[in-house]
Order: sequence, then structure tokens, then C-alpha cells
Amino acid sequence: MNMLRQVGFLLRITRSHDIVRRYFVVNGFDGALTMLGLITGFLISAPTELSVIISACLGAAIALGVSGVSSAYISEAAERRRSLAQLEDAMVTDLQQSAHGKATRWVPILIALVNGLAPLLISLLILIPLWVANAGIVMPLPPLYVAIIIALTLIFLLGVFLGRIEGVSWLNSGIKTLLVALVTAALIFMFVGD
Amino acid sequence: MVCITRIVLDVLKPHHPTALEFSQAIAEIGSDYHVCLTVIEMDENTETLQIEVTANAIEFEQVQTVINSLGGSLHSIDEVEAHGGT
Repeated sequence: MNMLRQVGFLLRITRSHDIVRRYFVVNGFDGALTMLGLITGFLISAPTELSVIISACLGAAIALGVSGVSSAYISEAAERRRSLAQLEDAMVTDLQQSAHGKATRWVPILIALVNGLAPLLISLLILIPLWVANAGIVMPLPPLYVAIIIALTLIFLLGVFLGRIEGVSWLNSGIKTLLVALVTAALIFMFVGD
Repeated sequence: MVCITRIVLDVLKPHHPTALEFSQAIAEIGSDYHVCLTVIEMDENTETLQIEVTANAIEFEQVQTVINSLGGSLHSIDEVEAHGGT
């Protein structure tokens, strides 16, 4: 059994597909909105050096990643152990050496990685224009604006992904999540701007 | 050499993996394995199955290993057919 098939099998017997997908979207959305908020805050504040902005955003991205991995692992490991104990009671047998025992050990790690990597990777994608500008490469727009455009695009794409899962219009779903991002930016302008 | 050619097993298993995946995993043991799985009873967490396996020479240990690895529990061997070698 190859690794992907094995992972699919373990997710299927624990019925964790939905949880993985939900964590990916929820925490990916968190990462994108956090970066959008930080960059918008820097945009409307006094001019700040790009290296400072990168450090602040990268710090937040790493914190989101670590928080995602640790919180999901702790909660999922407890949930899986509880489910296995219930199943062992029903089966009146020890399932530690079975696929269910293996799933109890591996599925929380997998879910934790998805939960942590989704905001981290999405944040890193949004920070690319800042690194590019910091390396001295000239872009058609200021790097903060490019980063905001990437953040809005990723948030729209997360909405599209949700729409496709739900089987509803991907455009409506994408616009909905985009509106949330625009409201967030508007609130930041309202409360943080001069 | 005596070969086991048919066994009927009484097995308890969780709802997942499904009966389809369960029978496929047993049939994968050998190319001549034929598996007939019947769900006898179902409750909140488990299913009782009757599994009939036929093959030219059934490797019972392997069948049991597959059942255990998928979270199943062998309750009894209800029928056996064995053929003596020539």
C-alpha cells in the first residue's frame, strides 16, 4: 500500500476527511486575514522599513503555524484516543495494532500539520512581494499593494474552494469570502487610520 | 499435503473500513482467493459478518492477520473444507 493510499485509508476509517478540509480552510483564512490586517496596518501607518514589515509578518506567520500545529494535535489526539477507547469497548478487543490504532497515532499528526501549514504557507505566499522588493527587484506596484492583492486573491480562492465542496456557485462563494476580507480592511482603515 | 480450500468465518468488525474494503483486503491475499461477505447483524458501532473464503490453498494465518489489521475480531471458524494431497 503506497503512502498516499495509506493516508487516504486512515482518514477514511476515522472519517477525518471533512475535518482536514475544514481545518485547511479555517486556518488558511486566518493566515490570509492576519497578513492582510498586518499589511493594511503598515500601509496606513507612518512609513516603515520593508525589513521591519517582513520581520513582523513572518513572526506572525510562524506563530500562526506553531499555534495551528500544537492546538490541533492536542485536541485531535484526545478525540482519537477517546474514539478508539469507545470502539475497543464495543469490540471487546485491543485495537492498538490494527488500522484503527495506527490511525489514532497518525491522523492527529496529519491534521495538525494541515492546520499549521495552511496559515503558514498562505502567509508566506502573501509575503513574496515584500521579499522580492527587499531584494531590490522593481515591481509595477508598491510591494504592500501587491501583497494585499495576493491576499485578496487567496481569500477569494478559498471561497471558490468552499463553493466547489458545497456544490454551490463558486463565484458567489468566492465573492462572499472576498467581502469578509474587504470589511476587515475597511475596519482597519476606520479604527487604525488617522 | 493437505490444503484448506474453503472456510466460513464469523467476524465482528467496526463500521469502518466498509464491508467492501474488508472483502477486497482479504481477496488481495492471493490471486485465486474468492471472498463472499454477508453482514449478519449491525449495531451502533459494530457489524457481525459471515465471511466465506475459497481458494486452492487458503493461508489461514494471513486471512486472520488481515482481519485483525483492519480492526476485525475473529469469533469462530464455522465451516472448513480441506482437500488431501495426492
